[in-house]
Amino acid sequence: METAAIQLKNLTKTFGSVVANDKVSLEIRHGEILALLGENGSGKTTLMNMLSGIYYPDGGEIYVNGKEVIIDSPSDAFDLGIGMIHQHFKLVDVLTAAENMVLGLKEKGRLNTKVIGEKMRTICEQYGFNIDPDKKIYDMSVSEKQTVEIVKMLYRGADILILDEPTAVLTPQETEKLFAVLRNMRADGKAVVIITHKLTEVMELSDRVSVLRKGVHVGDLITAETNPQELTNLMVGRAVTLNIERTKCENPVKRLEIRNLSCVNDDGVSVLDNINFDAFGGEVLGIAGISGCGQKELLEGIAGLQKVSGSIIFYPVDGSEPQNINGNSPMDIIKRGISLSFVPEDRLGMGLIGNMDLADNMMLRSYNKGKSPFADRKTPAELAEKVVDELEVVTPGINVPVRNLSGGNVQKILVGREIASQPTVLMSAYAVRGLDINTSYTIYNLMNEQKNRGAAVIYVGEDLDVLVELCDRILVLCGGKVSGIVDGRTTTKEEVGLLMTSLGGAKEAEKQ
Amino acid sequence: MDTFLNFVVAAVLAATPLLFGTLGEILTEKSGHLNLGVEGMMFMGGVAGLAGTYYYEKAVGEPDKLVAAVIGVVCAFLCAMLGALIYSFLTITLRANQNVTGLALTTFGTGFGNFFGEIMGNAAGGYVSVGTVIKAVFDEGIPVLQDIPIIGKLLFSYNFLVYLALAIALVLSYFLTKTRKGLNLRAVGESPATADAAGIPVSTYKYLATCIGGGICGLGGLYIVMNSANGTGGVWVHNSISGYGWLAVAIVIFATWSPLKSLICSLVIGALSVLPYYYPITFIPSAIYEIFPYLATVAVLIMIIFRKKKNNLPPASLGLAYFREER
Repeated sequence: METAAIQLKNLTKTFGSVVANDKVSLEIRHGEILALLGENGSGKTTLMNMLSGIYYPDGGEIYVNGKEVIIDSPSDAFDLGIGMIHQHFKLVDVLTAAENMVLGLKEKGRLNTKVIGEKMRTICEQYGFNIDPDKKIYDMSVSEKQTVEIVKMLYRGADILILDEPTAVLTPQETEKLFAVLRNMRADGKAVVIITHKLTEVMELSDRVSVLRKGVHVGDLITAETNPQELTNLMVGRAVTLNIERTKCENPVKRLEIRNLSCVNDDGVSVLDNINFDAFGGEVLGIAGISGCGQKELLEGIAGLQKVSGSIIFYPVDGSEPQNINGNSPMDIIKRGISLSFVPEDRLGMGLIGNMDLADNMMLRSYNKGKSPFADRKTPAELAEKVVDELEVVTPGINVPVRNLSGGNVQKILVGREIASQPTVLMSAYAVRGLDINTSYTIYNLMNEQKNRGAAVIYVGEDLDVLVELCDRILVLCGGKVSGIVDGRTTTKEEVGLLMTSLGGAKEAEKQ
Repeated sequence: MDTFLNFVVAAVLAATPLLFGTLGEILTEKSGHLNLGVEGMMFMGGVAGLAGTYYYEKAVGEPDKLVAAVIGVVCAFLCAMLGALIYSFLTITLRANQNVTGLALTTFGTGFGNFFGEIMGNAAGGYVSVGTVIKAVFDEGIPVLQDIPIIGKLLFSYNFLVYLALAIALVLSYFLTKTRKGLNLRAVGESPATADAAGIPVSTYKYLATCIGGGICGLGGLYIVMNSANGTGGVWVHNSISGYGWLAVAIVIFATWSPLKSLICSLVIGALSVLPYYYPITFIPSAIYEIFPYLATVAVLIMIIFRKKKNNLPPASLGLAYFREER
């Protein structure tokens, strides 16, 4: 049998009292794509960080091409031909692609970007990339940045490539391109490891799957011999149903009417251009788009946090006069008795205050209620208890600073607080970003509950599989414009993907 | 014409200590460390340079000019570097708050300078002062060349520290933009995690940049203490640095972290500070006229807020501590 590219034996890593990896043993082979599957916090990234020299293992051995090695720093990893592409790209924004290539390399001679550029071009031609060596990183799109990362690893002669959630930020079309490149590399004899929690990608791309659960290696499977259900059960540790329940829309009522909404940001760039749509109570309106296409501005504009032009007409539940809330601050909106909830993308930056405890964070919504000069602390504390109880938040108590909770639990607290006010309109941005399957489904269910209660739910998401399963209608943004509004029940994710990349993309595709 | 010539020469002389501070701080900040201790390091460099040359003079009686210059520079550089080393250890190894540590270094350095300056003065019976030979080292221009009419005065009449500052600016600019090590240093300041993942020894770069940067700041102190046109002329005067370090920190921002631009920026501030002596304006009270450099600094800092070009922004991780295994 051929020696494995990398063999891990009983690798262990602890952070304080948390065991991130517990005696993990696995094998990475040349000419093969291995998928490393697991929920959030199952230790996938930690394990691979030990291979790339970011973390130093507390115990266990690493063998590269049959020889035991000690990887003490990232430069050791490079010397062994191990290259890792991190989820958050490790690129210096103000440098060009070529300059990023040679960072930290111990090459001799003057810095000559032309020579570097030539070498990059050779690599690009070999694998079918397209990148301009003199382009600054800050001028690049996410997918270009990722290409630079991959080229960087190849430039440094890596023959074992580790990719940490590479598709999280890509459109379906870009993902396809990436997969083609990875298959090329496999054909070239390189060892590829892809960390992911998307089952469809595992099934499509990988040859073998290794599953981690809570830091423990729970199984190795041949992709061709398994199925998503089996993988999920292994990953979660019990049987889970993978279907999102989508109830019928019961007599939708118009709650929000957006007309001619435009927004110009601080740099003078138009980020929202003439947006028109309606949101109805009792339905989930999905908003899809490549990140940075105006999703943030749209929601913040409605919530009164961003200056926009156009009209935002709100139709109150009691049937009273519709009112235009554009230009109102969040405080004005509350004073006008409009029940609008917003779950922002940046949980600890905009949604909650990390250093304050659960009860105090609940109070952020109610601190100025009542006539007494003293704040009412009892009601928020009760609410916190209730949220912890109902949403199964894992926490030592309600007097713990929110930042000490894990991402999923933080999100439960935030969503719990926002839905506690029984909103007429509930807006959420990337509500399940970074959450594991279990928590994600809890959030989907909460969205559905609100819809069934009659709230207008606006759900900005990035996972197209979920968007087409969860939403009744999907509004697709492309470069700040509405590219199309499609019916969630009849659309496909390919159609949504096309709309995301080009305005009215679906129509053009039909013509061809 | 003569007034103008004198004005330009005075401006260059006034700009040089600022330039030293600015260049040292640029190097420091490029590694991602905001060292607000420039003023303190100038005090340390100044008093050490004075002490070095003073005791050298006392020891040999008839000092050699070249040796005196070298001793002054080396003492000032090393002593200021010692201050920067304390700062580095606290902020790089122990990851202390950079603002607080820098402010503490300013307080410490000011006290250090005044304390040893007074001690030397008391020992010398009142005040400490170097002899005429050493004074000349830090005042005289280039022989022969400086006698050429106009050009000689404009280009060759400065003391050696002025040319040293210019050379440091050019070398630093070349280093940051054209060499691999400079590229690595910029990467460390922009994104230490990226630099680390690329195999760059982050802490080594931070230590070297911060300490060498501190040493360069110290030369500014040496200049102020030793030069007689724009300093105290080889005599220790209580609190002699008086704000030059802070101006330098502001000029770093003004110059958008570019050593070449800092040449012009420090010259502008230097020129403004000597303007009242050459072109007095009678209808403005002189006290107000003299605060022009400070007003200009404030105005520039406000203008910079509105500048949005990516290339002109501070190093992205300026002021943040880095720890590889942080989660």
